[in-house]
Amino acid sequence: MISLEHVSVSYGSGTYRIKAASDVSFEVAEGEAFGLVGESGSGKSTVLRAIAGLIPHAEGRVALNSQEMQGRRTKAERKMVQMVFQDPYGSLHPNQTVDQTLAMPIAIHALGNADRRVAATLREVGLGPEHRYRYPHQLSGGQRQRVAIARALILEPRILLLDEPTSALDVSVQAEILNLLARLRRDLGLTALMVSHDLAVIAHLCERIAVMSHGEVIEITTAEALSSGRVTHPYTRQLLRSNRGFDRSGAEIVEAAS
Amino acid sequence: MSEAPLLDVRNLRVTYPSDEGDFVAVRDISFTLGRERLGIVGESGSGKSTTGRAIMGLVAEPGRVEAEELKLGDTDLLNLDEKGFRQIRGKRVAMILQDPKYSLDPVMSVGHQIAETHRCHFGSNAKAAKAAALEMLSAVHIRDPERVYALFPHQVSGGMGQRVMIAMMLIAGPDLLIADEPTSALDVTVQHQVLAIMDDLVRRRGMGLILISHNLHLVSAFCDRVLVMYGGRVVETCVASELATARHPYTRGLLASLPELGRRRAELPQLQRDPAWALEAT
Amino acid sequence: MTDTTLVGWRGWLLDAAPSSRRQARLGRWYRAWMAFRRNGLAMTGLGVVLALVLMALIAPLVADPATANLQVLEDRLQPWSAQHWFGTDELGRDILVRILFGARITLTIVALVSLIVVPIGLAIGLPAGYFGGWIDAVLMRITDIFLSFPRLVLALAFAAALGPGIENAVIAISLTTWPPYARLARAETLTRRRAEFIEAAELQGASHLRILLTQIVPLCLPSVIIRLTLDMAGIILTAAGLGFLGLGAQPPAAEWGAMVSSGRQVLLDQWWVATIPGIAIFITSLGFNLLGDGLRDVADSRSA
Repeated sequence: MISLEHVSVSYGSGTYRIKAASDVSFEVAEGEAFGLVGESGSGKSTVLRAIAGLIPHAEGRVALNSQEMQGRRTKAERKMVQMVFQDPYGSLHPNQTVDQTLAMPIAIHALGNADRRVAATLREVGLGPEHRYRYPHQLSGGQRQRVAIARALILEPRILLLDEPTSALDVSVQAEILNLLARLRRDLGLTALMVSHDLAVIAHLCERIAVMSHGEVIEITTAEALSSGRVTHPYTRQLLRSNRGFDRSGAEIVEAAS
Repeated sequence: MSEAPLLDVRNLRVTYPSDEGDFVAVRDISFTLGRERLGIVGESGSGKSTTGRAIMGLVAEPGRVEAEELKLGDTDLLNLDEKGFRQIRGKRVAMILQDPKYSLDPVMSVGHQIAETHRCHFGSNAKAAKAAALEMLSAVHIRDPERVYALFPHQVSGGMGQRVMIAMMLIAGPDLLIADEPTSALDVTVQHQVLAIMDDLVRRRGMGLILISHNLHLVSAFCDRVLVMYGGRVVETCVASELATARHPYTRGLLASLPELGRRRAELPQLQRDPAWALEAT
Repeated sequence: MTDTTLVGWRGWLLDAAPSSRRQARLGRWYRAWMAFRRNGLAMTGLGVVLALVLMALIAPLVADPATANLQVLEDRLQPWSAQHWFGTDELGRDILVRILFGARITLTIVALVSLIVVPIGLAIGLPAGYFGGWIDAVLMRITDIFLSFPRLVLALAFAAALGPGIENAVIAISLTTWPPYARLARAETLTRRRAEFIEAAELQGASHLRILLTQIVPLCLPSVIIRLTLDMAGIILTAAGLGFLGLGAQPPAAEWGAMVSSGRQVLLDQWWVATIPGIAIFITSLGFNLLGDGLRDVADSRSA
């Protein structure tokens, strides 16, 4: 369903050239849930955006549903893949009601039946008619993220990209959203690609996981392997150890340069 | 431990009046703090950050701080005016915030900012302040203090920025350190380093520490005691190591809803909020 | 948290779960109004502006337009009396009536300038900020060129070239007023350009035009409108200045600046002829300033 070959993304030029992602290749089968995990600066969000078509100057080959994506995407190509962003506060237009936010994609693709579609999608993500005409600042973080999910689903995409969908949410809301995403994926047969820095969250939702660092894919492993600690690369091992929680005896005070 | 507590809070209440009625951010909470590590855990809206700010006197107008007792050592914080607060901030109680990007002055070198704090409280001259700042930078395990002294905040990574903040806040030798989500903006590996440094300093100087966070596991591993806040109230107090056997349904529900590596569940149990929790007494 | 049950239309407006777009939008406006209402100075400003509008509207109802220009030379330079509340000017015309009709001219100039300046500013600033690159460079250099002209000098040049009159005054003022709005629109666009909701719109296949019109314009409008309100004072003063120099509304039109000018000769003995229109200019400018400040406070507090 998703195929990346030697994808690289660079910003800037000359001495200030930064390689956000270098030579990334992997494949995701249809209906699979694939995870990208890494720390900040690892390139995981960049790869996601390259798949989404938000980085036109990306090098390498990105193919979705066996169609190669080139340059600026067409409307039909955009319909196939949608994304849920990290920050529920920033991904909704502050001056538009939920209704307007959800109606726009319908209008862009001229799908018709706007009223029915909006109502149905809201129900699907667990929101009701009382939320439909609210502005983002009148919704809680979890509700905003549900709206973002609804917006991603309203075009009936085949692929759902998730950029740290729960990192900006309260802990108690995280479980709701993760459950919602798991259910929707199952019910709608979506192919999901999720990015996170939290190993536990990724292992909960995804079956196969790629570990990234400094723009490169270090290792591709499975949730099972991570859970039982059977990993090969030392960086992955370090990530696992950090995720286990603060350990006074084990924390070395490393004198790091800036 | 027969000495007076470092911090004595009794029935603290913080109210924000607004057009649509009063909003009570912190409702009558009470706790004491000795020279130990206390963690205050809660989600957004629980009142944990407001508690920290009330202790520092940083609750902005039109917010109101009321309490039966709010004492730092033998200083009454409740009736302290702005001038009084300025004297104790930095010198007796200090606060570290979440993101050094926003809490450091972007147009001054980091070393200069630390030195300035020293000069403010001790009236030292430039040379003495610089020497003190360099010493502090070493104390937070920065390998090359001279070089880092001259750097500007944007040239410094997140973890190092937080260490600079710690240096700046501890240079005047306060008794109490309040850390409000000090590691939430940092990568996991860096988080541990920064916490270890805080731990080291707090222990060596015999300070009290209040760690405010939303991360239950982090707080329980790092602190001695934990307060769990919900809706402005403290719903649970326990020894950190015993958090797994917490009694309050909110804490239990929260712990259960966290995804765990190694424990695959098809569906995570969702926290069912009981409106009664917001109304209970401590 | 205290519970305030609201009934009637207030309850409908402040309903936490609106059931239509209109209700949601009106509720939003009402909340902004509630915040605005708290500011005493801003309400004063609003009052002044509304008074200006009212004056302009009722002028033809209260007095026959002809009386504004009715010269009764025996009555010239009279102080206030029962017949002439503000006295008469050097040609025996009633000053109060002229102030009322002058309000219409002031309002016309202000409205026309606004209608020209805001669309031009947005049309130039938005694409500059959104597309960047050479489009930005070209548009901003054009803006810089217009920005470098001093307002009054350009207005004088225009009047000299095209002849005096209100229309030309409006054009002249507009030409030197739009550049800051282009800059403002560009700055706002640059700030929002990388916002995630813009990325989301791109992801849905929205065209550049749709994004500019539906996503970015609503974000720029508040600051543009506030800037405009604060600029009003300057626009009014420039118009009055042009009138003073004889380049705006031509006699016998009752334009405030022209009235000040013609009252200069008798300033020492019959001070009211020049001073009263001067006060009118002053109060109107002040009103707009206070209104603009109030609007900015409301906008700041909502975005804070």
